Amino acid sequence: MTLDRRNFMKAALGGTAAATVAVALPPNKAQARDNKSMPPKAVGLLFDSTLCIGCKACVNSCKDANGMPAEFSTPDKLWDTPLDLSGKTLNVIKSYAEGTSDVKDREGNGYAFVKKSCLHCVDPSCVSACPVTAMTKDPESGIVSYDADKCIGCRYCVAACPFGVPRFQYDTATPRIQKCQLCKQHLASTDAERKYKFAACAQVCPTGATLFGPVELLKAEAQRRLELEAGSAAVYPRGQIETPFPAHEKPAPDYKKRIYGDKEIGGTQMLLLAGVSFGKLGYPDLPEQSYAAKSESLQHSLYGGMILPLVALAGLAFAIKRTAGAHKNEEGE
Amino acid sequence: MKAQPIGGRLVSPVTLVLTVLILLAAFFGAQRFLFGFNSVANINDGFPWGIWIAWDVVIGTGLACGGFALALLVYIANQNQYHPLMRPALLASVFGYTLGGISVIFDLGRYWNFWHILFPTYQQYGSVMVEVALCVTAYIIVLWIEFSPVLAEKFGWPGVKKFTGKWMFLFIALGVLLPTMHQSSLGSLLIVYGQQIHPLWQTMLLPLLFLLSAVAMGYAVVVFEACVSTAGFKRKIDHELPLIASLSKIMAWLLVAFIVIRLGDIVARGAFAAMFTSGVKSFMFWVEMTLYALPVAMLLSPSVKRDAKIYFLAACSMLLAAVLYRIDAYLVGYETGPGWNYFPAVPEIMITIGIVAFEILGYIVFVRFFPVLPGHGPDKAH
Ligand code: SF4
Ligand code: SF4
Repeated sequence: MTLDRRNFMKAALGGTAAATVAVALPPNKAQARDNKSMPPKAVGLLFDSTLCIGCKACVNSCKDANGMPAEFSTPDKLWDTPLDLSGKTLNVIKSYAEGTSDVKDREGNGYAFVKKSCLHCVDPSCVSACPVTAMTKDPESGIVSYDADKCIGCRYCVAACPFGVPRFQYDTATPRIQKCQLCKQHLASTDAERKYKFAACAQVCPTGATLFGPVELLKAEAQRRLELEAGSAAVYPRGQIETPFPAHEKPAPDYKKRIYGDKEIGGTQMLLLAGVSFGKLGYPDLPEQSYAAKSESLQHSLYGGMILPLVALAGLAFAIKRTAGAHKNEEGE
Repeated sequence: MKAQPIGGRLVSPVTLVLTVLILLAAFFGAQRFLFGFNSVANINDGFPWGIWIAWDVVIGTGLACGGFALALLVYIANQNQYHPLMRPALLASVFGYTLGGISVIFDLGRYWNFWHILFPTYQQYGSVMVEVALCVTAYIIVLWIEFSPVLAEKFGWPGVKKFTGKWMFLFIALGVLLPTMHQSSLGSLLIVYGQQIHPLWQTMLLPLLFLLSAVAMGYAVVVFEACVSTAGFKRKIDHELPLIASLSKIMAWLLVAFIVIRLGDIVARGAFAAMFTSGVKSFMFWVEMTLYALPVAMLLSPSVKRDAKIYFLAACSMLLAAVLYRIDAYLVGYETGPGWNYFPAVPEIMITIGIVAFEILGYIVFVRFFPVLPGHGPDKAH
C-alpha cells in the first residue's frame, strides 16, 4: 500500500514535472522559430522627419482615402484635429519641441515632426497575438490588415503592438479595431481614374517626407540620404519611388546615422530617418529579435504537436488510476 | 465525516446584499452592451485590458485554483485523495472558472464572434490566447464532471456516478494538467508585450512564476474557505486541520522556490537595479516580496506555535502576495508610453463585484442544498 502510494507520487510528480520543467526551460532549439523574413514584394513607406513641414496634408488625405470621420479637440469643432491615433484616426503627425524650439531637427532648443501610423512589421506582434486570424500579414506585399468579421474585440493586438498602433472604438456597441492598411484598397483597384493610386499619405505629401514604394528601394534611398554630406545640395523624390513626381531640392540635413525599422523587432516596412534621436520622437529602442518569435518559440516548444501535454496526461492518468485501485483494495479488505 | 448538505434558510442579510450587488452589476452590464465600453469603463488604448481581464479572468481563475492546488498538493503530500477538503474546493473552482469564462463576454468588444476562438478555421495557434481559451473551456467542463458525483448524490442518478466513478482517474488527471497549462499561459500572454512590461516582471519565466502563483492562490483559498465557512456556517474545523497542517509545509517550500526563482531571474537578467530605482514599481515589488516571505516565516519558523489562526493568516498573506503579483504584472508593470493611465471606474468595479457576489451566492446556495461540506451540519452548541 505504502509502496503504491510512493509509486503514485513518483508518477504523478513525473507527469506534472514534465510539464512544469518544460515551462521553466528556455525554448529548445528545434522548436524555436527565427524572425520572419521580408515578403518578396514588400511595399512600405519611407518617412524622413527632416523633410516633414508638419502641414498634415497626409492626415487629411488619410481620412478621405479611408472614409474615416473627423475628430475634434477644439471647443468650436471647426476642423479635424486629432491629437493621436484613435478609433477614428489612422495617421497623425506629432511634433517634438524642446526649449526655445529655434531650429528644426535639432535636439536642444529645437523641434521636429514625426509620423505615427502602422509600421507593417516584418514579424508583427499584432498578428502573433490575435487569436482568431483577424490580423493578417499579406505573404506578398507584407501589408498587415484587419478583418472585423473575424475579430472578437479582445484588444490583445492593441496591447501587444510595441508602437501603440491598433486602436479600438470604446464609444460604440459594435466596436472595431482601426489601423493603417497602407491603402490596400486603392493599390488593388484597377480604376485608372481613381483619386488615390497608392498610399494617400505619400501621394499628397508636398515634400517627399512620406515616400511610398518597394521596401528594398526605400531602404537604398534611405542609405543614399545617410551618405549625403550635411549641407550639400540634394534632391528628394516625392510620391512613390518607382515613378516619382518632380523632385524636391533641399540641402542635406544632419541625419542621425540610423534607419529606424531596419532591424527593430525583426524590421518594419515603414522606415524612418530623423535629425533627432528616435527615442525623443516616440520610437523606442527595440531588440532585433521579434517579440512574436520569442512568444511563439515558447508556445511551440511547450505545445508543439501537443506531445508534451499528452505525455503528461498519460503519466498522470496512469498514476491516478493505480492509486485509485489501491484505495479500492484497501477499502475492500 | 461524509459530506452532507448543511441546510438552513436561504434568505438572510448576506444573501440579500449579494442579490442587490448582482442586480447593480446587471444594470451596468446592460449599459456596456448598449453603449460601448466608455459608458461604464475606463479602459483605453494605453490600457486596453483593465480589471475585467486582470481581476475577473487572470486573478479570478487563479483564486479558483483550489481544486487544482489541492489535487496537486494532496498527491505530493502522499495523502488520501478523497479528502473532505476536496469537495468544497472543487465547488469554488467550478464557480470561479465558470464565471471567469462567462465574464470574458463582458470584455469582448465583438462578443457575438466569441465562438471564433474555439473554432479551428479561425484559430491562430501562435497566439497564447488560443491556448488559454481552449484549456479554460476544457477545464470548465472537466470541473463540472469532477463535481457531478455531488449532483448525482443529491438527485440520485446512479448512471452518472457509475460513469464518473469509472473514468474519474482521467478527469482528475485532466484536472491537474489543464490548469498547469493555462495558468502558466496566463503568464506567457505577456511575453509578446516585450519591453512594454517592466523588467521586474517581464521574463521568459513568466509561465513558471504564474504557475507557482496559481498553486499559492489555490491553496490559500482552500484554507481561507475552510476557516470562513466553518465560522460562517458554525461548524468545527477539526476535520480539516490535520491536512492543512501537512500541506502548509509543502506550500511554504513552494513559496521559497518562487522567491528564489524570482530574485535569481531578476539578477540574471541584469535588472537588479530596477528593484530599487523604479519608484512605485519597485515599491510594489517589495510589497509583493514581503507578502511572499511572511507566510514562509509563519509556516517554517520553529518558534511559531502553529494553530488555525496562524494557518489562516499565512493563507491571507499568500493570497495577497499572488494577487498582487498578477495585478502588478498586468497593470502596474505595464507601460505603453507617456500620457496613458488607468484606474477602474465605479461602474466597471461594480460589474466585477457583481460577478464575485454571484460566485459567493452560488456557493452558499450549493452548500445548503448539496452534499459538499463534511460533518454533521451546524454545531448544536450554538
Ligand atoms: S506597427 Fe503594430 S499594428 Fe502595425 S504591424 Fe507592427 S505590430 Fe502590427
Ligand atoms: S481585437 Fe480583434 S484583431 Fe485584435 S487581437 Fe483581438 S481578435 Fe485579433
